[in-house]
Amino acid sequence: MTAVETTETTTLQRGFVGQSVPRREDRRLVQGEGQFFDDVKRHGMGYLHFVRSPYPHARIESIDVSAALELPGVYGTLTGDEVAILTDPFFQIAADPGGQVRDYALAVGKVRYIGEAVAAVVAETRELARDAAELVVVEYEPLEVVVDARKALEEGAPVLHEECGGNMSYTGVWEWGDVDAAFAEADHVVKISELHFDRFNSTPLELDGGLVEYNRGTGQWTITTNNQFPGFAVIMMAPAMRVGTDKLRIVTQDIGGGFGNKITSHPQLVACCLLARKLNRPIQWTEWRTDFHQSMSHGNERWFLETEVAVKADGTMTAFRTKAIDDAGAYLRYEPLGGVIWSQVAPGMYGWRNIRVEFTQAMTNKAPVSPNRGYSRMQHLWFTERIADIVAQELGFDRVELRKKNYVQPGQMPYETPNGCVYDSGDYPKALETVLELIGYDTIEERREEAASRGKLLGFGIGSTLDSGTNNFGQSQLLNPDLQFSGNNEVATVKLDIFGEIVVTLGTTPQGQGHETTAAQVVADILNCDVDLVHVRVGHDSYWNSHAGFSGTYASQFAVTGLGAVKGATEDLANQMKTLASMVFQCPVEAIELADGFARIADNPDAALPFMALGAIPNANNAGFPSDPPPMNARFVYRPAFQVPDKEKKFGNLTLTYAMQIHACVVEVDPETGVYELVDYAAVDDCGTRVNPKIVEGQVMGATAHAIGAAMFESFAYDEEGNLLTPNFYDYHVPHTLDMPPLKTAATESPSPFTPLGTKGMGEGGGGGIHCICAALQDALRASGGGIVTESHNPYHRVWEMLREPERSRGKVQVTGR
Amino acid sequence: MSTTPITSQVVTVTVNGERIEKDVPARRLLVHFLRDDLDLTGTHVGCDTGSCGACTVHLDGVPVKSCAVLAVQADGATITTVEGLAGDELTPLQRSFHEHHALQCGYCTPGMLMSASALLAENPSPSEEEVKVALQGNICRCTGYWNIVDAVVAVGKGGAA
Repeated sequence: MTAVETTETTTLQRGFVGQSVPRREDRRLVQGEGQFFDDVKRHGMGYLHFVRSPYPHARIESIDVSAALELPGVYGTLTGDEVAILTDPFFQIAADPGGQVRDYALAVGKVRYIGEAVAAVVAETRELARDAAELVVVEYEPLEVVVDARKALEEGAPVLHEECGGNMSYTGVWEWGDVDAAFAEADHVVKISELHFDRFNSTPLELDGGLVEYNRGTGQWTITTNNQFPGFAVIMMAPAMRVGTDKLRIVTQDIGGGFGNKITSHPQLVACCLLARKLNRPIQWTEWRTDFHQSMSHGNERWFLETEVAVKADGTMTAFRTKAIDDAGAYLRYEPLGGVIWSQVAPGMYGWRNIRVEFTQAMTNKAPVSPNRGYSRMQHLWFTERIADIVAQELGFDRVELRKKNYVQPGQMPYETPNGCVYDSGDYPKALETVLELIGYDTIEERREEAASRGKLLGFGIGSTLDSGTNNFGQSQLLNPDLQFSGNNEVATVKLDIFGEIVVTLGTTPQGQGHETTAAQVVADILNCDVDLVHVRVGHDSYWNSHAGFSGTYASQFAVTGLGAVKGATEDLANQMKTLASMVFQCPVEAIELADGFARIADNPDAALPFMALGAIPNANNAGFPSDPPPMNARFVYRPAFQVPDKEKKFGNLTLTYAMQIHACVVEVDPETGVYELVDYAAVDDCGTRVNPKIVEGQVMGATAHAIGAAMFESFAYDEEGNLLTPNFYDYHVPHTLDMPPLKTAATESPSPFTPLGTKGMGEGGGGGIHCICAALQDALRASGGGIVTESHNPYHRVWEMLREPERSRGKVQVTGR
Repeated sequence: MSTTPITSQVVTVTVNGERIEKDVPARRLLVHFLRDDLDLTGTHVGCDTGSCGACTVHLDGVPVKSCAVLAVQADGATITTVEGLAGDELTPLQRSFHEHHALQCGYCTPGMLMSASALLAENPSPSEEEVKVALQGNICRCTGYWNIVDAVVAVGKGGAA
């Protein structure tokens, strides 16, 4: 296995950009010298442990912390009653009814899922804090439980948030084109009664947490954390804590994976802030693995009910309609944004012009959801891919040809989707050809026969998927017209310091994406100097003045927004350097060039100022200078040119770039047991210009691994009583070395016409692996009953069920024709 | 009722070549002793069930998950953590991880390096399958393992510069 084949071509190799420059992050990380939040210590800090609910739904009758406080070494406690006095509920993104949700740092009055934090205890050691937490006595009055989103929406279901008048957080109809006419003109209609996208998340290895210090003199908190979206965290935390945003200084260095799961730690960080102030000492909180599984950032579970697909006789898919029910869990920490994010990719990679989605989101007695790699688009893209394969199989079309026919074609780029999104560039049919070549599609039937001779069912599947990046946050107004969020931004500063050092700061919070390396590549090319001369500060610090409301690392955007900011700031600095040199040499600025660490007159190599001299003039050597020297310090806010979408028509461009992936795999299924193995796998990625191909490939691999895990092993499964059955890595199996198939990767490059470097956001991969594994299983099952794959998560027992009772899944599909 | 630990014990260990004698609560895990008491924070914690391997260290030359060992059990032992791998220069294994892009966030990396270096000490030229078996107790959520396996195999083949 592990045959990784990479096509390392790049269209923009003019310097360091386009090269696989080795990562500068690595040296500290391979020596254990990275600094993760839990590595930071302060004198006298207290360790925080949360007391968590053992009930999925219950009224809190009383909380008694007295026994905990008597334990020697315990510094103090915090309960929901105190939180309700000291803070306001977190701002809700939702309009009513979801807007009525009252969400605090700790449970107030009620608990709504197992693992919800009801109190916090701070003690001298980690162990003592856990002990003390066990001494907190909480009396509960259990309430009825609802864990199924479909049942939660029914009349008479137990209600989580009485203020909302039910469990629905959001509902809306999203319709574009003329759906009824398309169905009237269809030659075939394929009906799929139910598809279900499962609940999981990407479980970063480092858990959430923070070290929170309060400065009584200034009223400011310093929060050393691994929250991956400080812009959002501050917007949530500051109003709840009734302070200005500048009172919250967020600092990150190394972060042990994020995948979106570290966006919504703001409730816990508020609890830390309150305790840091109350106890007048630094508060250290590190989540435990079981805490994370029970309470943090599950991915959105989604049902697609009563789906209908209109198909012409030649295989052209003209319309679909469906009823989507999304399960948000118990609170709306980032939701209901999942209710709009999917529409960035409403037609998937296909030319559908007529679409109707009735989207409803429900709250249930399960952990709150929040973004997870491929957030909300992955669920929808899985849906479009399931449609493609079910339509092909039921109507007898070749899956490859059906895709080629229905894909948006390269000649249509940039392509405006029915809802006004603009697919910037790409050649989907070519990418499909590439992946088919990698996996040896022309030998599939031979391999199928060979596998059959060994008693195995072989299946082949394709998963074509988009990774939309650089959000237009104006899309939030399609859910709540009163919101004042729109557009996007990211910030970088670049300066030339006293001794000629080039120093870069970013607003981003990298978690392994190599921002220090790729930012340096961009800077070095513009200043025409060696990449090693560029120092990129590690991590994020609100005090650097290199952050804005959307700063962070999430949603596939660094290569556009982050590097766009770096490029803008560096170009500004380059102009400042040339201007200063022209002042010294008393020549036109156009005569100055930057080369080899000098600003010099292009045709006079003797007239050359080293970067050191340029840095020194404004900083330390400016006496007698005739006029103000440029400061050698540039700050740039990159802002894509977005408009607020049309709220009535739900129409407008929601993301700037559309990276694309096509995955293909081969599975072998044991027809006796349902056990299956991935025996071959290929992935083609197109993210426009690749700044660092090796890093890009690493992201493709990581996204592939997550998808394989979600398809085969990983599920946040609940029983009907609201117990999470997979609360740790013992029960929640993530892929290990031995689970991984052989992998071949390749890249095509379609530079984005809309971004500063031709790059596209990438890294999420849209769950291509989930789609292709589902498709391959369905293909394998054709030879044994023809079961239809209607679930995104297919552990061995589910495959066995499809083999034993194929009619059960087949019964979910019906074809009608004219 | 009090569940405060009332026993502690003086533990003597040699960590990365340095002899250390320290009074340790009897229930303290070796990983927390290393991280919190000795400030050797390169060893990481990723789970609470002994599943992830981020805390792997060498205990008398054997790779162990230090979250599954009490500090007092290590009394008298020689321990190597990730901080003890490199001298003035990175080891060939560390260089190979760098060259093969075998790390992204770097959180699992110390544990991976400790498991892989223990394998290489026993078996200097492991096959791909042997590497995968040796690393099956270490979870990585960033890389999908492909580059990690390649990096370790390459060391065995003398592939790392």
